[in-house]
Amino acid sequence: MDTVITTDKLTKKFGAFVAASELTFEVGKGEIFGFLGANGAGKTTAMRMLCGLLAPTSGKARIAGYDIYTQTERIKRSIGYMSQKFSLYDDLTVSENIRFYGGIYGMSRAAIRTKTATLLEELQLGNEASTLVRELPLGWKQKLSFSVSIVHDPEIVFLDEPTGGVDPVTRRQFWDLIYAAADRGVTVFVTTHYMDEAEYCNRVSIMVDGVIAALDSPANLRDHYGHASMEDVFYELARKANRKE
Amino acid sequence: MKTLYFLLEKEFRQLLRNRQLMRTLLLAPLIQLILLPLAADYTVKDIQIAVTDNDHSPSSQRLIAKITASGYFRLAGYTASYPEALRMVEQDKADLALQIPAHFERDLVRENNKQLYVAINAIEGTKANLGGAYLQSIISDFNDDLRIQWNVPASDTPQVTVTSSNWYNPLLKFPLYMVPAILVTLVTAMVAMQSAFNIVQEKESGTIEQINVTPIKKHIFIIGKMIPFLALGIVLFTMGLLVGRILYGIVPVGSLWVLYGSLIVYLFSMLGLGLLLATYSFTQMQAMSLSFFFINIFNMMSGVFTSVDSMPGWAQTIVATFPPSHFIKIMRMVVLKGSGFSDILPKLGAMALIGLFLNTWAVLNYRKTA
Amino acid sequence: MKQLFTFIRKEFLHVFRDRKTLLMLFGLPIAQIVLFGFALSNEIKDSRIALVDYSKDAVTTRLIGKIEASHYFDIQHTLASADQLNAAFKRGDIKMAVIFPANFGDDLTHTGKATLQIIADGSDPNQATTITNYLQSIVNDYNAELARDAQQPLQIRPEVQMLYNPELRGAPNFVPGVMALVLMLVCTMMTSVAIVKEKELGTMEILLVSPFKPIYIIISKLAPNLLISIVNLFIILILSDIFLDLPVKGSIALLVFCSILFILTSLSIGLLLSINAKTQQAAMMGSLMGMMLPTMLLTGFLFPIENMPFILQALSNLVPSRWYFIIVKRVMLKGLGFSAVWKETLILAAMCFLLFAISLRKFKIRLQ
Repeated sequence: MDTVITTDKLTKKFGAFVAASELTFEVGKGEIFGFLGANGAGKTTAMRMLCGLLAPTSGKARIAGYDIYTQTERIKRSIGYMSQKFSLYDDLTVSENIRFYGGIYGMSRAAIRTKTATLLEELQLGNEASTLVRELPLGWKQKLSFSVSIVHDPEIVFLDEPTGGVDPVTRRQFWDLIYAAADRGVTVFVTTHYMDEAEYCNRVSIMVDGVIAALDSPANLRDHYGHASMEDVFYELARKANRKE
Repeated sequence: MKTLYFLLEKEFRQLLRNRQLMRTLLLAPLIQLILLPLAADYTVKDIQIAVTDNDHSPSSQRLIAKITASGYFRLAGYTASYPEALRMVEQDKADLALQIPAHFERDLVRENNKQLYVAINAIEGTKANLGGAYLQSIISDFNDDLRIQWNVPASDTPQVTVTSSNWYNPLLKFPLYMVPAILVTLVTAMVAMQSAFNIVQEKESGTIEQINVTPIKKHIFIIGKMIPFLALGIVLFTMGLLVGRILYGIVPVGSLWVLYGSLIVYLFSMLGLGLLLATYSFTQMQAMSLSFFFINIFNMMSGVFTSVDSMPGWAQTIVATFPPSHFIKIMRMVVLKGSGFSDILPKLGAMALIGLFLNTWAVLNYRKTA
Repeated sequence: MKQLFTFIRKEFLHVFRDRKTLLMLFGLPIAQIVLFGFALSNEIKDSRIALVDYSKDAVTTRLIGKIEASHYFDIQHTLASADQLNAAFKRGDIKMAVIFPANFGDDLTHTGKATLQIIADGSDPNQATTITNYLQSIVNDYNAELARDAQQPLQIRPEVQMLYNPELRGAPNFVPGVMALVLMLVCTMMTSVAIVKEKELGTMEILLVSPFKPIYIIISKLAPNLLISIVNLFIILILSDIFLDLPVKGSIALLVFCSILFILTSLSIGLLLSINAKTQQAAMMGSLMGMMLPTMLLTGFLFPIENMPFILQALSNLVPSRWYFIIVKRVMLKGLGFSAVWKETLILAAMCFLLFAISLRKFKIRLQ
């Protein structure tokens, strides 16, 4: 497998508090990699390190082939990111948002135009091209956020709890988008609370108290722990946790 | 470079869509420039004087008549005793009290000199100064009149006389003094506070994190934030100039190039401040508090209302680090006196230096990675 | 009651945990009092002037000596010709120029009169007038000397006494003004922004759904700012006494009572402002643009109200800080008692009551 993310004992300490400890794993190209954990387990810290938002205390990592310490700017060019707060500009329209992010990532104007048309069609937002994002319903905002995060066709996209607060139908549609992206070769690194979403991933890791307690495909994990659902697997591992948010 | 273009496009779109901001942009110059010069009239006139005339002689009457005829003073009242007059001053019914003692006229002739007693409410320094000066000059005039009237040989003493004129503002009109300074305060509040607010808003809403993940270099991001507010400041300033022209007939004597050049240097320094404050604030409330702190001090201490030259040395040193104090001086110099580039160079240099310092500090503070 | 205290405690925690805002809340008044009290002054001295002496005789030398000796002036340049004046003014080097025409002394002796010329930089009108007057008074002195030598009869001698502030310091005028300004601005801004912030965050709705009376919510919002302002008041008074030699000459209790009235008025204004503002930014801008200007202008400490056009004078009657300013001056600086300020206190109390009632009602309506 072509690895796009490799980490070796990646650690983050805030003073004496160890938020993430010696994380070691690999993610392959085109994988949908789920990153689970209870609140306070260290998921967000881990993700922020991989995105270049947080400098690790120790350990090594390579993202899209670039070193996490010395080549953060190169990493940023090769990744996409969607944060919990969605991070689209409320006071800009749909197409203006697409245009902005496309431009930031160095796409040519022609490319941006084509991409905008494609996106609008895919998301069925054709009529809303000139609508301010603030006026879109939550589900549409989410889908748009995702599409904007991969507007520049990055190798990896990081999603931080992307489906909070929407109905199951919209969530399903959102995951359709993720599948489509993964099929195109985009690696998807997603953190989530929803255990049914864990089942959609190729492989899943569960963090407890800053450490990776388990890492495997959902099927294997269910077998290993002898549970019918990921939810039960998660519950077994997470309830032993000492840290609560 | 291209990223800067897209950044600026976004920023301007957002700014122009901010209707509340645009409204303030239009109204603020108008309101401030109308209200302030109207109210900010330091000319001391209609000074209330309480008079106690214990002499009741023709001379004392004439003196009082002369005082009230001068146009500077208004008779607040006649009192029977001096303590009563003082009480009027105490109650803010009069600004000055004058006592003409009993037998004033008689003693003046007999002994060739006689006192008059004046008490002035000195809480407000300018008024006290000027009020006292006016009164003394009226009394001195009266003194000369008396000598002429009584045909006292004036022994032909030589006298030095004075002619005075005022350059650059011959009629000593206050708006000419205030409007250049008001233009500065207008631009300062808008630019420094708004830029700080804007950046902190991105922090609070999370969009700044999105930017941090992109390959946008931090200096590009900062420039992308500064340019729109620079533009805003220039627009505001121009509007202010126009209003000043229409309402008060103020036309800058000096070169517009010099004026706008100084404006840009000044905006550069104030934007640096806004940026710096934004790096230290996490919430809009904090940004507001910090910028308000500085703006208020700038407004009071930079020579808008009181002259910097009246301050003690240590205060003047502190004020020298405030860009507004330099720009206000520059404004008055260029607009009223036509000062040129070389004349304002020291102040321009000071502003540039401070601006460089603030901006560097801000850029160093702003880190994409925590 | 216990509920009320819970609310108040929460509000206090909000405020006190935000250190940067605390900096402004306490730092601003302190900084302002110290800075303004010491630095702001209307006194004019050491004005830089230039001399052009075309005559260079005993008389001009004597006059120049007198000018030099006075602390009003600082002779910056002695120029050879008046042509250089414009450049010097433009550079901002000098504020005034004194020109002695040729044959000054001769003219004085032979014709009994000699005229010198003063040119002042009119861009600062009051300064120009004042230093022109100062120079005139030096000339008058000189003339008096000449007269004394010739035994001038009928000399009227005015004796002038400066009351309440003999050294003409700026502090007595500015400190009460700054008190009014700071208390007013801080209270309105802080209150309005704090309330709008809760609206924005959505936590306001939680409060509304609870069984607590709306008035508790309001009181709890106002309470921290009230306390902070009172503490600020005391800090200002203490600083004025120690550093600026401005003790409270009159009754402290009266001063504190009126101050509390004023603070409550400002808090009510903040409440009113918060009702219409949708965002924190709007609340801040509203307080600033809406309140700062009128307060600074119409309070009367920067510019005399009597000088203003009638409409502004009328408007200033509506500004609470104007009345408070008068009360502070009379009680703190002049040491007068209630009998001297009862009218102003009544007006302030009426404003306070009215504003509070109106804002309370509007707020309740909005909450519904």
